[in-house]
Amino acid sequence: MSPRKRARLSRGIQYAVLVLLALAAALTIDWQNIYEAFFELDVLAAMWPEVIVTALKNTLLYTASGFSLGLALGLVLALMRLSPVGPYRWMATGFIEFFRGVPALVVFIALGYGVPLAFPGYLIPFDPLGPAALALGLVGGAYMAETIRAGIQAVPKGQMEAARSLGMTSGRAMGSIVVPQAFRIILPPLTNELILLTKDSSLVYVLGYTATTLELTAFGREVLNQEKTLTALVGISLCYLMITIPLSILVRRMESRAARAR
Amino acid sequence: MTELQVNPDAPAIQVRNLRKSFGDHEVLKGIDAEVDNGQVVCVIGPSGSGKSTLLRCVNLLEQPTSGDVFVEGIQITDPDVDVDKVRSRIGMVFQQFNLFPHLSVLRNLTIAQQRVKKRDKNEAIEVAKRNLEKVGLADKAAAYPAHLSGGQMQRAAIARALSMDPDMMLFDEPTSALDPELVGDVLAVMKDLANEGMTMMVVTHEMGFAREVGNSLVFMDDGLIVEEGDPREVLGNPQHERTQAFLSKVL
Repeated sequence: MSPRKRARLSRGIQYAVLVLLALAAALTIDWQNIYEAFFELDVLAAMWPEVIVTALKNTLLYTASGFSLGLALGLVLALMRLSPVGPYRWMATGFIEFFRGVPALVVFIALGYGVPLAFPGYLIPFDPLGPAALALGLVGGAYMAETIRAGIQAVPKGQMEAARSLGMTSGRAMGSIVVPQAFRIILPPLTNELILLTKDSSLVYVLGYTATTLELTAFGREVLNQEKTLTALVGISLCYLMITIPLSILVRRMESRAARAR
Repeated sequence: MTELQVNPDAPAIQVRNLRKSFGDHEVLKGIDAEVDNGQVVCVIGPSGSGKSTLLRCVNLLEQPTSGDVFVEGIQITDPDVDVDKVRSRIGMVFQQFNLFPHLSVLRNLTIAQQRVKKRDKNEAIEVAKRNLEKVGLADKAAAYPAHLSGGQMQRAAIARALSMDPDMMLFDEPTSALDPELVGDVLAVMKDLANEGMTMMVVTHEMGFAREVGNSLVFMDDGLIVEEGDPREVLGNPQHERTQAFLSKVL
């Protein structure tokens, strides 16, 4: 048999095995049981519309504010890491190492309970959005700083030189020539950070919540405790996917657009 | 910050006892050179001879280790001089073009005009279009650099430098990264520039261009200027042994 024929046969066998596995699964699984455990429609219906107008909205709110803060912080840290001024580099490195290494939960607790203890009488404003955004921003910023730094270093040196040779100051060349190109390069890992932050936003529960401030995971747990069915978690999981999947599609579009301009 | 005091009688570029080391490695070992207004000086020499470093020291992309560089009589190696101001008057063209890939060709030409020269948008676009026409790329204003050929990219890069209305142009091996059939277009643009009276310092391997367009030819080897003079003289009747050896290899 020629190699090409053998390859075709092998691929045919693989497809056949996959179909058989799918069939076997469909026949052996107790669908009624699965349906009752995970897809109780009346429980899903009862979650409506709070799951969207409160929980999903709050998750988006915490994530978006945490990500914006983290992105700004990450950019500053990345530039500090690349600075010729030693103390800036050391401060940034220390900050990044600390907030990357410490569990996000600890940061939330520190901001929620540690700050009031350390600075009596002082509260982080916009509770719980303020502390939540700050905690997510600190953790996300530490991660994003390294990504952004790698992106800036991936832009060819000639770009900075060309900008400087046109008379731009180093700050202006960085801002209008190097950083925009760096962000194109790091779009995929940055999307990862955003998705991770979306899920980390569930840690807001340690700051305490009310009926109007709970986000998806806390909401799911409330329903789980009342209804004693995993359907609650299926419901909120679908909501997380409603955030992340469109985001992935959007980023893929942006990437292919950027690729065309390259 | 001192205001720039241009001396119209001073040579465009004057280099005095210039030395440059990278770590322990001394690349320039005391260079004295001059480019007069309206002159085209070509710099040739084997790779590693320091010719590109010399060029990059003239607009301080490399910081000289010692020695002085004067541009239009301004000592740009003086720490009080605003280097960005001086640089905006010296056009530079790179071997690798270094167009900004995330910007359209037109935006490549306007961004520094607007941000550095503070021209308004319409004026910048007008200047850019005029220069694109000059290099034969009027129809490529909206294209992105990735969609241009190497020769078109280099001509766009020349147009970008010209859009700042520089008093002089530095060319760092402008045709070395091009396919042979694209070299001619770029050299033609450079020749037009020279005929218009632009002051140019050109690091090149194009001996034909040096002979035809250059007013003066500098041969460098091992961080020193070995021989300089009229291009036809140097190329046709090299005096120094190292010049002879180099030319016998490239001609």
